[in-house]
Amino acid sequence: MSEAAASSRADVHGAKVRLFKLQDMAFHRVTLVFALLVLAALTGILFSLGQQAEPAFKEFGWGFLWGNVWSVPDDKFGARIAIYGTLVTSFIALVIAVPISFGIALFLTETCPAWLRRPLGTAIELLAGVPSIVYGIWGLFVFAPLFADYAQPILKATLGHLPVIGKLFSGPAIGIGILTAGIVLSLMVIPFIASVMRDVFDTVPPVLKESAYGMGCTTWEVVWNIVLPYTRVGVIGGIMLGLGRALGETMAVTFVIGNSNRIVGSLFAPGNSIASVLANEFGEADPGLHIASLFALGLLLFVITFFVLALSRWLIYLGVKKQGK
Amino acid sequence: MNLYGRRTWINRLGIGLSMVAMSLGLAGLLWILWTLFAKGFAALSWDFFTTDTPAPGTPGGGLRNAIVGSGILILVTTVVSTPIGILAGIHLAEFGDKSRLASITRFVTDIMLSAPSIVIGLFVYALVVVTFGGFSGWAGSIALSLIAIPVVVRTTENMLRLVPTSLREAAFALGAPHWQVSIKVTLHAVKAGVVTGVLLAIARVTGETAPLLFTALNNQFFSADMSQPMANLPVAIFQFGMSPYDNWVQLAWGGSLLIALLVLAINIGARVIFHQKDTL
Repeated sequence: MSEAAASSRADVHGAKVRLFKLQDMAFHRVTLVFALLVLAALTGILFSLGQQAEPAFKEFGWGFLWGNVWSVPDDKFGARIAIYGTLVTSFIALVIAVPISFGIALFLTETCPAWLRRPLGTAIELLAGVPSIVYGIWGLFVFAPLFADYAQPILKATLGHLPVIGKLFSGPAIGIGILTAGIVLSLMVIPFIASVMRDVFDTVPPVLKESAYGMGCTTWEVVWNIVLPYTRVGVIGGIMLGLGRALGETMAVTFVIGNSNRIVGSLFAPGNSIASVLANEFGEADPGLHIASLFALGLLLFVITFFVLALSRWLIYLGVKKQGK
Repeated sequence: MNLYGRRTWINRLGIGLSMVAMSLGLAGLLWILWTLFAKGFAALSWDFFTTDTPAPGTPGGGLRNAIVGSGILILVTTVVSTPIGILAGIHLAEFGDKSRLASITRFVTDIMLSAPSIVIGLFVYALVVVTFGGFSGWAGSIALSLIAIPVVVRTTENMLRLVPTSLREAAFALGAPHWQVSIKVTLHAVKAGVVTGVLLAIARVTGETAPLLFTALNNQFFSADMSQPMANLPVAIFQFGMSPYDNWVQLAWGGSLLIALLVLAINIGARVIFHQKDTL
């Protein structure tokens, strides 16, 4: 009697364990499927962009990369204009944003009064969330007209007369153009770079800084000789992250870059970036070579940003690993 | 000048220049916000919320169809991406320690987090719009989900990794199967953090314009049909902002303010929820 009860209890117990095992396996599989789904999305992006872009690569070959004609009526497409615009606007954005972000991070971690630190830091992080279209519409309606009226004539009168770089600041001051796009872009990436920089500056062990201060170093010497060398890798990672943002940004650029498919040496001239070409032309593109070329541009943008982002992740990872030592 | 004098001078110069740089940056950002509020509030009115987008050249009008369309798109995106993101995040945190596949997935998610959103739009165009023969709300939501999922995956994983191992071991010792430990113990412990991740993902997709351009497109009329092109705020702002009509431009400012306020509110909400967790 009691034996039967014990064995039936063992049966129930065994059944329960088996059930749990089955459920566990199902749980593992289900979560695995969803993780794989994420992985599949990336390979899917590369594959489908490549497939759609194939006619363009077939027609133009490697010449697509540096072809400097982008003409819908002639059915001739080359990526050089868009690549030029993308790289130059991102470069301008970084040149402006990096020192400003450094200033913000330095202020937040070294010289800021304690009561202001938290609210100002939060404000910077919240600004990183402002949708990029807001930057674009502000750039077009507020910044560009003022820039054309006040800043561009001054730049032209001063920098425009210098021998080599003078050419960059010539031409009519119309407000919209590559330089304006770069400036608007820089404002957009400042919150990103500044908050990464602040985070890595915060990882410097206080004892390092205190020793330097104890030896009589000035604040600037501590930042330049202790904080920056210690956080170098992380800082570069943060800048690359900002670069990744800038390269792929569509809305902040499309509003103000002027959308012209020509390369003029001047930074005042309108141009185009990969993202702005896509935003402007894709909706009305004819099937065939035009749309294939647009897909090829998209693939190019994806590959460029992929490498920049992979490099930035790797650098940030190295920076974090160093801290562990 | 003696050495000490020079060092003090360099210090003043360096700190001074950094402060100037900081003020310039903050002034620019405040300028943007100030214009947005000034021009945006001027555009808000009763009509703004109750009438649909106007035809070219007709005065007045509002953004009702775009507001509703954006709401539907974001709702569908949230419903789709939350379970996928959380389950994938659980996989990475619970089973992903030694597996090579998991570390590749983690890397890919990181890349997807900052991939250009316009490329996501192209991908969904090739995948959905071409296959099903037309722009649709579904395509828009799929594109937005692809942007939202990595955010949810990464926050879920990071949060789950904060759970002390002893908590897991205690549950295992009581004989709980792995799935119960994951769902009822660890996930439960970091509920607030995961909700924060979902909110951040919503905030991220709310302002996304580029991926909607070639997927949901736009619709001049009121439509709640997900299989048709759907009006949405970001694309409406883009089209109206670039247009020559004054009333359209004004609507674009109003729409921008609405989106920015929404995103800020969600971000602040996410912070509040996250910090409440700390006090528990």
